Amino acid sequence: MRKMSMHGGRSLFFLLFLFILWELLIRLTETPKWLLPAPSDVLKEAAIGFGDFYGHLLSTISLSILGLVIGCSVGLLISIILHRLPKVNEVLYPLLILSQNIPTIVLAPLLIIWFGFGLLPKLIIISLVCFFPVVVASMDGFRQTAPELRHYMKMIGATNKQLFWKLELPHALPSIFSGLKIAATYSVMGAVISEWLGAKKGIGVYMTLAQSSFRIDRVFVAIGFIMLLSVGLFGVIRLAEKIMVKGRSEEKK
Amino acid sequence: MSLTITELDIAFGQLPVLEKMNLQVNNDEFVAILGPSGSGKSTLLQLIGGLLTPDNGMIQLNGESINGKKGLISYMPQHPSLFPWRTVLENVVLAAEIKGKPEYEEAKRLLEKAGLAEFENSYPNELSGGMKQRVAFIRALLSKQSLLCLDEPFSALDEFTRIKMQNWLLSIWEENRKSILFITHSIEEAMFLADRIYVLSKRPAHVKAEITVPFSRPRNERLLETNEFFHLKKQIFQHMKEDIADDD
Ligand SMILES: Nc1ncnc2c1ncn2[C@@H]1O[C@H](COP(=O)(O)OP(=O)(O)OP(=O)(O)O)[C@@H](O)[C@H]1O
Ligand SMILES: [Mg+2]
Repeated sequence: MRKMSMHGGRSLFFLLFLFILWELLIRLTETPKWLLPAPSDVLKEAAIGFGDFYGHLLSTISLSILGLVIGCSVGLLISIILHRLPKVNEVLYPLLILSQNIPTIVLAPLLIIWFGFGLLPKLIIISLVCFFPVVVASMDGFRQTAPELRHYMKMIGATNKQLFWKLELPHALPSIFSGLKIAATYSVMGAVISEWLGAKKGIGVYMTLAQSSFRIDRVFVAIGFIMLLSVGLFGVIRLAEKIMVKGRSEEKK
Repeated sequence: MSLTITELDIAFGQLPVLEKMNLQVNNDEFVAILGPSGSGKSTLLQLIGGLLTPDNGMIQLNGESINGKKGLISYMPQHPSLFPWRTVLENVVLAAEIKGKPEYEEAKRLLEKAGLAEFENSYPNELSGGMKQRVAFIRALLSKQSLLCLDEPFSALDEFTRIKMQNWLLSIWEENRKSILFITHSIEEAMFLADRIYVLSKRPAHVKAEITVPFSRPRNERLLETNEFFHLKKQIFQHMKEDIADDD
C-alpha cells in the first residue's frame, strides 16, 4: 500500500519534470501559442475559461458515469448468462469478439442516423466500449474457479445455484474488478467520441469548437480534464475493490 | 448412522478402479481405510458423496440406498479448501449454510475449543497449515450429517503438527461422536485413530484385510511407543508388502 503511493509519487514527479521541460522548450524556441501552447498557457486558459467549460464538463461526467453503469451491468449480465449456458456461449462468444472489430468511429454515425442526436445513441456507444472488457474479465474469472473448491462444494451437495453465488461469483470478483477498471477508463473516451458526433454540450463539443478556431490551448485543457476524469473513475472503482475484495493477498510470510 | 458398501465396482473407461469393494462403518465407529496411492480411495469417497455412480453394487446409509445421492455426508478434503474471501467463522458455517441455517453460536463454541477463538474474524491467508486443517474439520463437524468422510486430511502436514492434530481430532471426536470414514496412507495414523482398519489392494482396489484395533480409548501419543502398537504395525505391514513388492 505504502509502496503503491510511493510509486505514484514518483510518476507524479516525473510528470512534473516533463511539464517543466515542455515549458522551457517552448520559451527557448519561442514557439507561437497557436501552434503549441506552454503548460502555463494551458493552465491560464483552464482558470479563465472554467466558467464556460464547467457546463461541458458536468455533461460529460454524467454521460460517462451513466454509460459506464449501463455498459458494466450489461457486461456482467451477459458474462453470467454465457457462463451458465455453455451452449449459448459456444455460439455467441466468437461473435462477441468479432463485434469488437467494428470501429466505434464507423458505428457512431450509423447509430446517430438510426436513433437521432439524443441520449440513446450516445449511451449505446459508451456501453459498447465498456461492456466488452467486463465480459471477458468476468468470464475468465468464473472459468478460473479453483478446482478443489469446486470439488468441495459438489461433495457437500451444493446446488448449481449455490455453486455460482457462493463460489464462482465471489471467486471471480478480482477479475471482474480488473474488467471494470478498464471499462472505467474507456467510458470517458466513449463519451467524448459520442459527443464529437453531435451534441449540444460536453467536452467533445468543446474540443471540436476549440479545434476549428485553432484554440490549441483549449484542446489541451480538454485533454487534461479527460485524463483527470478517467483517473477519477478508475480511482472510485479501485476504492470499491479495496472494500469488497477480502483475504486475497498472498499467504503470510 | 451406519454405512454399508456391497460389491461396489467402478471403472473409468477401460480402467477398473474399484472391484467388488465391501465395507461397513457402524454407528459412531471410527474406520480407517489404508491403501496405496492411486488405488481408488478418493474415488470411493466420490461414490459415497454421490459425485459418481457405481457401475455395480450398492451404497447404503442406514439401510437405504444412496447411490448417486449428494449432500448426505460431511466431508473434509486433503487440502483445507477454505474460501479465501470468508472469515474463519464464515468458513466453518459454509457446509451447514448449504444445507440450511448455520448455527453461529455452536460454531463459536467449537472454534474456541480448537483454540481459534481469536481468529474468528481472520481470513484464511492469516492462518498456519495446522490451523487451516482445524478450521476445515470444524466446518465438516458443523454440517450435522452423522457420517464424516475425511480424505487424507493430515498428509500435507509436518510430523509434529500431524501428531498434534491427531490428538486434537480424537479429543473432539470423543465429545462429538459420529461415524467416521478416514482415508490415509499412513499405517500409524490408521492404528492410532481407528477402531477398525480396511487395507486396500492396489488398483483395481478391493479390501485385502480387515483389522480390528484393540487399543482402548482415550488414546494418547504414548501408545505410539508400546510393543503392542509395534506388533500390530508389523502385522498390517505384512498385508501391504505384496503390493509394494510388485509395484513397478
Ligand atoms: N475422473 C477420472 N477419470 C479418469 N480416471 C480417474 C478419474 N479419477 C480418478 N481416476 C484414476 O483412478 C485412479 C484412482 O484415483 P484416486 O484419486 O481415487 O486414487 P487415491 O487412492 O485417492 O490416490 P491418492 O492416495 O494419490 O490420493 C487413478 O489411477 C486415477 O488416475
Ligand atoms: Mg486421493
